[in-house]
Amino acid sequence: MKRTIKKVAQFSALASMLALAACGGGGEQTSGEADGQATDGGVVKADIGVVSYLSGSGAAYGEAITSGLELALEEINAKGEVEINLIIEDSAGKQDQALTAAQKLMNSENVTALIGPTLSTEMNVVGPEADLNGVPTIGTSTTAEGIPQIGEYIFRNSLPEALAIPASIDKAIEKYDAKKVAILYGNDDVFTKSGFDTMKAAAEEKGLEILTIETFQKGQSDYNAQLTKIKGLNPDLILASALYNEGAVIMDQARKMGIDVPFVGGNGFNSPEVIEIAGDAADGLIVATPWYAEKDDPKVQEFVSKFEEKYGKKPDQFAAQAYDALYIYAEALKNAGSNDRDAFRDALAEVKITGILGDFAFDAEGDVIMTPTVLVIEDGAFKVFE
Amino acid sequence: MLIEQLINGLTLGSIYAIVALGFTLVFGVLGIINMAHGEIFMFGAFIGVMITSIFDAPLWVAFAAAILVTAILGYFLENFALRPLRSKQGVSHLAPLISTIGVSIFLENLSHHMFGAGNRPFEAPFAEINFQIGSITVYLVQIVIFVISILLMVALSFWLGKTKAGKALRATAENLETASLLGVDTKRIITMTVIIASAMGGIAGILVGMAFNSVNPQMGLSMGLKGLAIIILGGMGNVRGAMAGGLILGLAETFVVVYGDSGYKDAIAFLAIIVILLIRPQGLFGKKITT
Repeated sequence: MKRTIKKVAQFSALASMLALAACGGGGEQTSGEADGQATDGGVVKADIGVVSYLSGSGAAYGEAITSGLELALEEINAKGEVEINLIIEDSAGKQDQALTAAQKLMNSENVTALIGPTLSTEMNVVGPEADLNGVPTIGTSTTAEGIPQIGEYIFRNSLPEALAIPASIDKAIEKYDAKKVAILYGNDDVFTKSGFDTMKAAAEEKGLEILTIETFQKGQSDYNAQLTKIKGLNPDLILASALYNEGAVIMDQARKMGIDVPFVGGNGFNSPEVIEIAGDAADGLIVATPWYAEKDDPKVQEFVSKFEEKYGKKPDQFAAQAYDALYIYAEALKNAGSNDRDAFRDALAEVKITGILGDFAFDAEGDVIMTPTVLVIEDGAFKVFE
Repeated sequence: MLIEQLINGLTLGSIYAIVALGFTLVFGVLGIINMAHGEIFMFGAFIGVMITSIFDAPLWVAFAAAILVTAILGYFLENFALRPLRSKQGVSHLAPLISTIGVSIFLENLSHHMFGAGNRPFEAPFAEINFQIGSITVYLVQIVIFVISILLMVALSFWLGKTKAGKALRATAENLETASLLGVDTKRIITMTVIIASAMGGIAGILVGMAFNSVNPQMGLSMGLKGLAIIILGGMGNVRGAMAGGLILGLAETFVVVYGDSGYKDAIAFLAIIVILLIRPQGLFGKKITT
């Protein structure tokens, strides 16, 4: 293990030397400029690198993220407290391309910090490299277990499933006095499977009786057998770790056979598409979300209207999380007073802001401390669940 | 509980059976496995969704449109993917199989573009009609599916066994050249068979859309593979075998969920098929091939 780390260190040192050598004069110029930036006129200037999923099947995520960042960038630079320059690179959702892009940003562009790759799988390769180079990195959409634990330079402001699912289960127990639950999940998808693990752990921790655990597969269209079994066991709640596409059909078939208990879903179930597909049957779905566009908060409403004006559509959670992330960076940069990577990292760990996602701070590991909003579908619309 | 699950199993089994009937018909005559059948079935379901949701048309129009469109797809399948291969010398016997796989990929991607990748709900008031027997909710659609599958089986058996066209079809299946020498228009017979099989796929598609309220471009693949397994189980090219095989698979899948673990649903159902085939290699209703 030690030898591997050493090898990686050697390799990356070599790689960065090569990269520096390759850009020659250009590289020197950048660092010369960086020296001047920190002191000139009292305004801290910094280059921030962005690695995002901009082409391929998940390009919609990257588009939302960069839209949120650009909107925040305009506002932050207009305020004039700090001056940020974003350098955006495409990862195409691939681990190797994400790593190459991050290395380019860290070594030849000499950025102060990174705004992370889009997928958790990408972060798992970029994170260790950034941590080794001492480049602070924030994930805005990485929800898997263990991301901030990669190293002390790795942070995230995306709500992990481990926080979201227990929050919604808690509220549902409180409201419905639930004691018995049935769990239903897709067992051929990493995301829904990890959501199920979280659900099971949360249910056991709350002392709920798990009546049955049923599974289904992607693209299945008949869930009647599983649902009839669940119906016969009479649960107070159904915990469903499903993506919205399957989840909506499950709810529809459940309501049709007369199951009227509430459903608690994970992040993948949290989409307006559920209402589109299932209609009235979607009523009673409970999900926790970091982002709620209807929130009665002037900051949120201002962001929504600005975003709609600029991009012609409503911002989703990816845009909102990216928007807040850049504000977190701006705050850290202001407090650090320089664009030095280590000073920035220390200031970042201490940041506390109130963004459009609510009150925000990092815990000791660089993970999120926040209270998610729990929503429920009622009369065909998401409403705050109380 | 048990009765409800029995109804679930019969519904699923009847749908499998209708899909398998289309498979078995094409196999019986042409001796090829039509891998595009699942996708034609999916197209039928989408046509039904479109007709009922966009044009707000009554259900019989949806059925007519789905049958028409899938029949046209069947005609194209025969004319562009199968016939050119049949008339050529030296074409591998696997070529038509590969060709139908190509058609299935094409149709799946086409529906991705035309209808989107997500699930589409089926908005038909007919799908909502239900009645209560004690604590059991039975949907009219479930009964209709069962009845249609039985009707199709009986009609196909009768048509193949007793009518002139059916006899011509069986003669074609027996030997293409001999049938043609005896005055059977084999070209027409083959085209008609593919069209009828495709239209049956379309009917199955609409029924699935109504029963499960879920239509997506990926549904054809899993349904197609199940249909294939069923005709092997029931005996290749055998109508009653397709029906029995469909019901067995549907019930087996449902009862694995009831008494076991839903994670092993497909595994146990297919394990059962393997065991049956070890005992009766020719399938449940298949005839022993003697050489």
